[in-house]
Amino acid sequence: MKSLILTLTTVAFVAGSAAAGDVTGKISLKGTPAPEKEIPMDPACGKLHDGKKVTTRFYVTDGAGGLGDCVVYLEGAKGGAATKEVVIDQKGCEYLPYISSAQVNQPIRVLNSDPVLHNVHPTPTVDGNKEQNKAQLPKGAPLDFTFAKAEKFLRFKCDVHPWMFSYVSIFDHGFHAVSAKDGSYKITGVPDGKYKLVVEHRKGGKVEKEIEVKGGAKADFTIEAK
Amino acid sequence: MAAYQSSMSQPADNPWLHRFALLTALATLGLIGIGGLVTSHGAGMAVPDWPNSYGYNMFTFPVSMWIGGILYEHSHRLAGSVVGFLTLVLALWLNGRPAAKWLRWGGLVVLALGLMAATSPRVKLDNVLFLCGTGVAGFGISFFWPHHAPLSPRLARFGLLALVLVVVQGLLGGLRVTAMKDQIGIFHGTLAQCFFVLICALALCTSRWWARAWATPASGIVPLSVRQFLLVTTLLILGQLALGAAMRHQHAGLAVPDFPMAHGRIWPATDAAALERYNAVRLDTRDFKAITAGQIHLHMAHRCGAVLVLCAVLACFLRLKAALTAGHPLLRLASGWLALICAQAGLGIWTVLSNKAADIATLHVIVGAAVLVTGALLTLLAGTVFGERPVAPSAAMGPAARAT
Repeated sequence: MKSLILTLTTVAFVAGSAAAGDVTGKISLKGTPAPEKEIPMDPACGKLHDGKKVTTRFYVTDGAGGLGDCVVYLEGAKGGAATKEVVIDQKGCEYLPYISSAQVNQPIRVLNSDPVLHNVHPTPTVDGNKEQNKAQLPKGAPLDFTFAKAEKFLRFKCDVHPWMFSYVSIFDHGFHAVSAKDGSYKITGVPDGKYKLVVEHRKGGKVEKEIEVKGGAKADFTIEAK
Repeated sequence: MAAYQSSMSQPADNPWLHRFALLTALATLGLIGIGGLVTSHGAGMAVPDWPNSYGYNMFTFPVSMWIGGILYEHSHRLAGSVVGFLTLVLALWLNGRPAAKWLRWGGLVVLALGLMAATSPRVKLDNVLFLCGTGVAGFGISFFWPHHAPLSPRLARFGLLALVLVVVQGLLGGLRVTAMKDQIGIFHGTLAQCFFVLICALALCTSRWWARAWATPASGIVPLSVRQFLLVTTLLILGQLALGAAMRHQHAGLAVPDFPMAHGRIWPATDAAALERYNAVRLDTRDFKAITAGQIHLHMAHRCGAVLVLCAVLACFLRLKAALTAGHPLLRLASGWLALICAQAGLGIWTVLSNKAADIATLHVIVGAAVLVTGALLTLLAGTVFGERPVAPSAAMGPAARAT
């Protein structure tokens, strides 16, 4: 009897696993965006880059047509487990990464690897997400933030250094990802079924596609430079 | 009559009081300018705590930490403290002997707060020492100063009002930071302008010129309708400055980035597709908040307000020119007012065309304050020394005397 239960459980687990897969694909950029702007850093921050020019990151590309920093998600999906925490570092007076995604109430941990102080100031616009403003001394202790409501591109800023921004899209499910510099993305563990897959870029806008996941799916997108 | 004359002659006998009021006015204009720098650089939240700065008492905050946006915000706090102190001294000076009692009790209250703070492990030693030191200083000074008679009841009351306003203004500034509300910033910015007007009016009323003007018959009476028009225009300017403060604190300064057109049209579209288009091409290192329809409406209201105010000031000048003889002091002041409002309109356009360069935007704030003060002082002068005086021609009825 015991072995029968064990067998059934194993079968159910395997069957369950087979009913989910990864949604992958690539996002390409069409057209040529306006050139990025050079950031006028102050001397303390400038010397952290050894005199190299630092620019804005509105369109992050791999030079071969891939477009990074797109938020990809399944609209209206339910469930999905969050990873432990999302980490954003302040390095060279820049937020790294510039774009990330998280689940509601998932900790967003902000580090300061810089030898200068910053203030970490998330400025949500959705009711229920609280604006906060915390000081973080050089190499100071990490700061954790959580947000209770879904919100696209929730802005984190540093008011000490007015060029420092990071955007976190908060979802009420776990099926989201951010495209890498080459435009590739991967949403893992998506149960089989029909979904609307959405890609959003802060400046390039939004594109979407109906997809069917059967043990996985692949969908490529193109975003036009504005 | 003798009482009136005594009341009016005192300001002239206190040139240092007038100079001190002028110093306070100048410091206030400087403070408004630094406040403009804070918002122009988007640094209002660069110091997240208040009244401390990064945990330090604001007067012991290390200079090495005054970097980036902190430099502007912290300087604004220190300048605010200076103006607060100057206003306290001015209010005590205007109120004379009765104010020594307030200083004594105020000193004791601050000392008690310092001693209470000493018992809390959360309060740092520099804060305790600052409170205790300030309390002891106030208490001690009250035995020596002020010991003179009040200059006039009206001036004394306005001095007290200035003190109340500066305290409220400081609290609003602090709440703007701790409550993280842009709306508080709008009140903070507008109240600063009202406070500046009050201090400038006090500087005028403590001047020897003011006393002399009251002691001689008016050399040209401003008709009631012109006086009313001046008042309405000054209120319009205040409204325009409030709109400007709302624009700064709602980050709407570049919601319409072109001029004379607005997003390429006479009146910009504000539908969702248009907003998406505006935001998609908005590439700036300062990565402003996304443009909203509300921001565009606010911005356009400020542009329309500018036209209205410009026309109103021009009309004031023309009406004064028609009513007064050439060379009249009010006419000269009105000419300056017209020049200032033209400069202000030019600075507004330059602010937009320069992509809101911080120095230009700040100059726009400073000249805006000067425009308001000029209008307010013109209105005050037209309604008092150049108005229809109830008892002519002895000139005994000064504003201070009338209040007694």
